Amino acid sequence: MLSYIIYKAILVVIVFSITLVAAMYSTYAERKIAGFLQDRLGPNRAGPFGILQPVADGVKMFMKEEMIPNVSNKFLFILGPSVAMFTSLMTGAVIPWGTSLTIAGHQYSLQVADVNIGILYLLGVTSVGVYGIMIGGWASNNKFALLGALRASSQMISYEVALGLSIIALIMTTGTLSIGEIAAQQHGWHWNILYQPLGFLIFIICAFAETNRAPFDLPECESELIGGYHTEYSSMKLGFYLFAEYTNMFISSAVIATLYFGGYNMPLLGRFVHDPNALVLLGTFFLFCKICFFIFLFMWVRWTLPRFRYDQLMNLGWKGLIPLAILNIAITGIVMWITGKIN
Amino acid sequence: MTIYLFYFLSFLAILCGLMVVLEKNPVHSVLYLIITFFAIAGHYILLNAQFLAVVHVIVYAGAIMVLFLFVIMLLNLNKETEPHKTNLVKFAAVISAGLLLVVLVAALRGTESLPSPSTINADMGLVKNLGKVLFNQFLLPFETASLLFLAAMVGAVMLGKRDIK
Amino acid sequence: MQSLTNRSKVVSNKKMTFMERIYLPAIFGGMMITLGHFFRKKTTVQYPEVKRPFAPVYRGMHVLKRDENGAERCTACGLCAVACPAEAITMVAAERKPGEEKLYREEKYASTYEINMLRCIFCGDCEDACPKESIFLTDRIVPSDSFRDKFVYGKDLLVEPMEENKRIDISKRQTKEVLEFKKHKEFQHNRLK
Repeated sequence: MLSYIIYKAILVVIVFSITLVAAMYSTYAERKIAGFLQDRLGPNRAGPFGILQPVADGVKMFMKEEMIPNVSNKFLFILGPSVAMFTSLMTGAVIPWGTSLTIAGHQYSLQVADVNIGILYLLGVTSVGVYGIMIGGWASNNKFALLGALRASSQMISYEVALGLSIIALIMTTGTLSIGEIAAQQHGWHWNILYQPLGFLIFIICAFAETNRAPFDLPECESELIGGYHTEYSSMKLGFYLFAEYTNMFISSAVIATLYFGGYNMPLLGRFVHDPNALVLLGTFFLFCKICFFIFLFMWVRWTLPRFRYDQLMNLGWKGLIPLAILNIAITGIVMWITGKIN
Repeated sequence: MTIYLFYFLSFLAILCGLMVVLEKNPVHSVLYLIITFFAIAGHYILLNAQFLAVVHVIVYAGAIMVLFLFVIMLLNLNKETEPHKTNLVKFAAVISAGLLLVVLVAALRGTESLPSPSTINADMGLVKNLGKVLFNQFLLPFETASLLFLAAMVGAVMLGKRDIK
Repeated sequence: MQSLTNRSKVVSNKKMTFMERIYLPAIFGGMMITLGHFFRKKTTVQYPEVKRPFAPVYRGMHVLKRDENGAERCTACGLCAVACPAEAITMVAAERKPGEEKLYREEKYASTYEINMLRCIFCGDCEDACPKESIFLTDRIVPSDSFRDKFVYGKDLLVEPMEENKRIDISKRQTKEVLEFKKHKEFQHNRLK
C-alpha cells in the first residue's frame, strides 16, 4: 500500500512538473513561432537561441509590483487565478501518458488515475475552469474585466455543448468512457481520426474556443477590452492566468492526441523495438511528439487567422457546430447500424 | 475514513447552504451554492455513483450556476434598486417554502420503506448499469423528460425571439 | 450620382458559395502561406553585433574639416548659416592673430561655431554652401541625450581632431555626382542671388 502511494506520488510529481515545464516552454515556443511566421527570429538573447527566456520572464513576473484594486473583494480576486490554475492542472490526472512499465515484476501504469468516466471528468473540470475567469473578472471591479469574463464564460459554455456532442459520437464507436481504454483501443492503425474525421474537426475547433485561443480569443481581446478579464491583474497573478492558458493548451493537445491520434500508440513501432519497457517509453515519446505538433498547430492558427467577431463566434457555435455535431452522431449511429456493430 | 468524509461533506453542504441564504451579496450566495453542489457531488462519489457526481458538476456547477452568475453580475443588484416587498409577497413566500418543506419531510418519511443498502448492487451508479436501467426500466419517464426539455427549449427560443412585425 | 474621381470601385456583395462559407479551405490556404514564411530566410539584423551599412551619401553628424596641415578650413563666412533652412547654425567670427597660422588657414576664423542638432534637419545645404570645403555631413549619428542644451554642439564636438590618424574620413561621400555638382558650385550660388 505504501509503495503504491509512493509510486503514485512520484508519478503525480512527474506529470505535474512536465505539465508546468511544457507550459513554460509553450510561452517561449509561442514567441519563437510567432517570430518565424513573421520572418523574424523571436527571442534569442537569454541563453543560446533564447532558451532561458521563460526563466527570465518568470523572474520578471515575480519581481513586478503586486496590485490589488482597492474596492475589489480581495479573497475572490486571489481566488480567480488560483481556480484557473488549479483546474487546468487537474486535467492531467486522467491522461494516459503511456501503458505500464514493468520494473522488478511490478506493473507501473503511467496514468495517474484510470477513472472509468475519464472523459466526463475532463468535461467536468473544464466546465469548472470557467469560474476562475468569471470570479477574477468580477472581483476586479472593472467593467472591461467584467465584460471579458462574461464573454469568456458564455463562449466556454456555448462551445462545451458542441465539444460534448462531438465526444458522444466518439464514445459511440469506442464504447467506453475511460480514456485509458480509448487509447489502448487505437493500437496499430486504428486511430480514431480515421473513424471520426468530422468529430475531430468539431472537437479541435471547440478546443480552440475552450482554451480561449485565437481565432476565438475574444475574452482578452485587447483592441476592445484592454486585457479582458485580467485587465486589473499584475505580477504573478497575471502570470497564473497566462500560465493556465498555456497549461490548458498543453492538456487539450494531449487530449486531442489521445482521443483521436492514437495516444501513445505508434504503428510499426513493435517491429523494430522488442524490449517492452523501451516500447512503453518510446510510446510516451511519440505521444509527446504528437502533443508538440498540436501545440504548434494552436500557435500556427493563432498567428495566421484574425479574430472572430462576437456574433460570428456565437453563430458558429450554436448554428454551425452543434447541428453538425448532432449530424455526426446520427451518421455514426447509421454507419454502426449498417456495419452491424449495434443491433 | 469514509464516515468522516461523509460528515465533513455534510457539514460543508449545510454550512454553505445556510450561507447562500444569509449572505448579503448575491454573487457570494451563488459561489456558496456552487460549493454546496460540489459537496453533494462528493456525496455521490461516496455512494459510488461517479457518473451522477460528474454530471452533477458539469450540469449544475458548470452550466446552470454559470448562467446564474451571469445574470446576477449583469443585474447590478444593490440596496437602492432592490424592489420593496409587500407583506402579501412575504406571506406567499413563507407559505410556498413551508409547502416545499412538507414535501421534503414526506419524501424523507418514505425512505423507511426502501430496501436496506446492503441489498442494492454497489455498482449501480456506474455508467453501464445506470444506462441499462434508464433505457429499459425507466424508458418512458426518461423520454418524457427529454420531450419536456425540448418543449422548454422551444419556449425559450420563442421568448427570446424579436417581435415579428 | 456622378463620381468625382475615376478611382471609385464598385463593391459587389455577392453571396458566398458553399466552399467559401465553410471557411476551411481559405483557412488552410492562409496557414500554408504562413508556413511558407516559417521556412523563409529571416530578415532580422542582430543589431549590436551586426550593423547595416550606411548609404555612401548618408547625412549624419557634421564635421568641420582641417586642411592637410591641420589648420581649420572654416573662415566664418556665414554662408552655411544663410543656407540653413532650419536656422540651426550660429557663429562668431574672429581675426587671426600672428602666430596662429598653424591653427587657422584663413585670416578670419570662427571663434565659436554652434549647430543646434535639435533644429538641424540634416539636409546638407550647409555642405553645398561652404566655399572652403570645410563643413561636411558624415555617417556618424548624433547620440541621444536627456537635456536639450546638450544638443547645441560647439567647436569641441564639431571640429575633427588634429591627429592625422583620428581625422574623419569623408572621401567615400565624394561620389562622382557630388564632385560634378561641386564643380559648378559658383553657378549655384549665383542662381540663388
